[in-house]
Amino acid sequence: MTISIDPQKTNNESLQPKGWLRYFSFSLDHKVIGIQYLVCGFLFYLIGGTLASAIRIELASPMSDFMPRDVYNQVLTLHGTIMIFLWIVPVVNGAFGNYLIPFYVGARDMAFPRLNAVAFWLIPPSGLMLVASYFVEGAAQAGWTAYPPLSITTPQSGQIIWILSVLLLGGSSIFGGINFIATIIKLRRPGLKLMQLPMYCWAMLGTSLLVVLSTPVLAGTLILLSFDIIANTGFFNPVLGGNVVVYQHLFWFYSHPAVYIMVLPAFGLVSEILPVHARKPLFGYTTMVFSIMGIVVLGLVVWAHHMFTSGTPPWMRLFFTIATAFIAVPTGIKFFNWVATLWGGKISINSAMLFSCGFIINFVFGGITGVALAQVPFDIHVHDTYFVVAHFHYIVYGGTVFIIFSSIYHWFPKVIGKMLNEKLGVLHFIITFIGFNLCFAPQHWLGLNGMPRRVAEYDPQFQFVNQISSLGALLMAISTIPFLINVFLSVKNGKDAGDNPWNALTPEWLTSSPPPVENWEGEAPLVEEPYGYGKEISERK
Amino acid sequence: MLNKRIYLILIISFVFAISFWIGFNVNLLPAEASINAPIYDELFKILFIIGLIIFIGMTIAVIYSLFKFRKRNDQIGDGIALEGNLSLEIVWTIIPSIIVLLIGLYSYNIYDRMGGMKELNHNHEMMSSNTEKIWAGISQTSDNEIAINNLSIEVSAMQFAFLFNYPKGNFISGELHVPVDQKVSMKMESKDVIHAFWVPEFRIKQDIIPGQPTILNFTPTKVGKYPIICAELCGPYHGGMRASIIVEEESDYNEWFNKNKKPEVNL
Repeated sequence: MTISIDPQKTNNESLQPKGWLRYFSFSLDHKVIGIQYLVCGFLFYLIGGTLASAIRIELASPMSDFMPRDVYNQVLTLHGTIMIFLWIVPVVNGAFGNYLIPFYVGARDMAFPRLNAVAFWLIPPSGLMLVASYFVEGAAQAGWTAYPPLSITTPQSGQIIWILSVLLLGGSSIFGGINFIATIIKLRRPGLKLMQLPMYCWAMLGTSLLVVLSTPVLAGTLILLSFDIIANTGFFNPVLGGNVVVYQHLFWFYSHPAVYIMVLPAFGLVSEILPVHARKPLFGYTTMVFSIMGIVVLGLVVWAHHMFTSGTPPWMRLFFTIATAFIAVPTGIKFFNWVATLWGGKISINSAMLFSCGFIINFVFGGITGVALAQVPFDIHVHDTYFVVAHFHYIVYGGTVFIIFSSIYHWFPKVIGKMLNEKLGVLHFIITFIGFNLCFAPQHWLGLNGMPRRVAEYDPQFQFVNQISSLGALLMAISTIPFLINVFLSVKNGKDAGDNPWNALTPEWLTSSPPPVENWEGEAPLVEEPYGYGKEISERK
Repeated sequence: MLNKRIYLILIISFVFAISFWIGFNVNLLPAEASINAPIYDELFKILFIIGLIIFIGMTIAVIYSLFKFRKRNDQIGDGIALEGNLSLEIVWTIIPSIIVLLIGLYSYNIYDRMGGMKELNHNHEMMSSNTEKIWAGISQTSDNEIAINNLSIEVSAMQFAFLFNYPKGNFISGELHVPVDQKVSMKMESKDVIHAFWVPEFRIKQDIIPGQPTILNFTPTKVGKYPIICAELCGPYHGGMRASIIVEEESDYNEWFNKNKKPEVNL
């Protein structure tokens, strides 16, 4: 297939700013957009992290004494919303997807470059709007789940701005999803078969299917909710005959797949990183592909496990228990395959590798508590407690955020052409890993013993364990310092990386670092074996 | 080869031994004070042990490979070009499937023993007989049905308090008093937003929903005072929305009941 947008695009490029200014422009270059997503996401991560620190400061003492109670609820709502919609989803999908997918399929850009730029530029305004809503009449304070009737009865302006912002971010996500599907299916260079694609393409294909299938449901739900708030309709308002449980079904029909929208791309990224640094082919490529698709299908039919205490009929509880628990099977396959990828390799123990292995350990832990939570009788006791908070932070922070850092260490030399400092990187990993586990592991105990989530005050018997957790949060906050120092120092005067410092075989490394605007000087290389480690050596011999 | 196999068996038995030891000796749960609690704790123990085996096993596998297969300074080149192994893939698809299926069946059994699988559609008979156990679930009931049971209590939740109405005694209390070893049946409804009724020592939780009553039945087994905690974000004072449940001997309960009882008012 020829890439028909080429001449037009080159034309546009000449009109666009060069150098660092292009990161502030409506650039159509997928690489620029990828970096825009990453940096923008990271800034929101710092905001969300500040809010998390505020929560942990409040919870260091059993009384509600650090901030007013309604502000606390705004902080936890913004923390959840920012971390999900402005950090993890845009970064694992938008940032790495945009940067890598065109390389992986052998294209010069995404299928729809303008849509791509629009999708990115929806994010900063909606993010700023969300943060700014705090200064209007207070931000939304009904949690990131926005359950009615609480979301209908709390101050309206904050909730409406929240809805508007999430709608725009959902729109951005759908645009991105359509673009990824089109690029992966239609823009593959001639001769490149689907089953030769790097695993991240499969992960993004699965993720994008979930985005396109489930995000519109969230959009519809939130529009109905906004009608209930501003137009006094009664879709979910019990005073007017609405049903609050229906909202929960609709909300979780998106928001459970959203978990896979956050972790599947991370599964893809780790599948790229491990083979390179272990110098071994990705173990079980075909089963990895099928397990991604298995997760996609199962991920769409498990949403009611968030509602086991809402009053769902018994048969429904049983169905969702079994469907949820079965996701452990394809997920488990992936983890066994990654360990098998390490087995017998020649592993370079560097920051990227350490973060990836930290991901495996944390995610296995979060996955095990996940299987337990899927069991109705188990969930009834711990639902809406700190046990659940601990569980999902093990998935999204211990899992996905670890992989985001791993990926930054892995692809920084490609994007900048310079290496990150390994000593600072290892220090970053050690502080993050200890801080993370210190923060969230004790929260399992808190939940089991009677501390509900989303509270500003708690039983004084939990103070000591909460302080341990807050200490862990402090370490996590500190861990960003060596990372930021590392990035700034290395961008200025890091060691020169060369084009392919890791001797990787995936196509993005087969061009200069940083890559030219058209990705390759000549024709895109045909990479039939992106994980052919070990083979070439024997061929060379 | 034989040596390797012996080491593997030793490591696996070590992982199992330590998981079982932790599972049986480390208690992460609060006191057991209802019929549900020991059943719950049995499930917890099993899941805890299986989880520990998998977690410790995987962690050892990752850390071992990092040490054993780390690249030494003098080494160049790649690892072995091993792209997969079908029989291994089949093994680690089938074994987890069986484990998950067994856990599912077992937790179904637990849920059934807790009374969760009772259909609530015909709850007239069920509410009137004291032998069965509706555990937690949603159901529309009329006041008539509730009234059949002596220990029926109507719970109303509002921002930010629980109120317990004893229809038989015609009074409302801010504290929930119940006699030990008797089934309590509660009909719960919220006046404003969603709340939840949670007693950690009873291992039960049920959302209290506006516009849709929910039923929660339980049988306390230990005299004492336990917290009732709202577990669903309900507004600024959510963390302070608590009440107490006081489980007492039947004679003490009757004394408390008769003291608070008000005569019926006929309008």
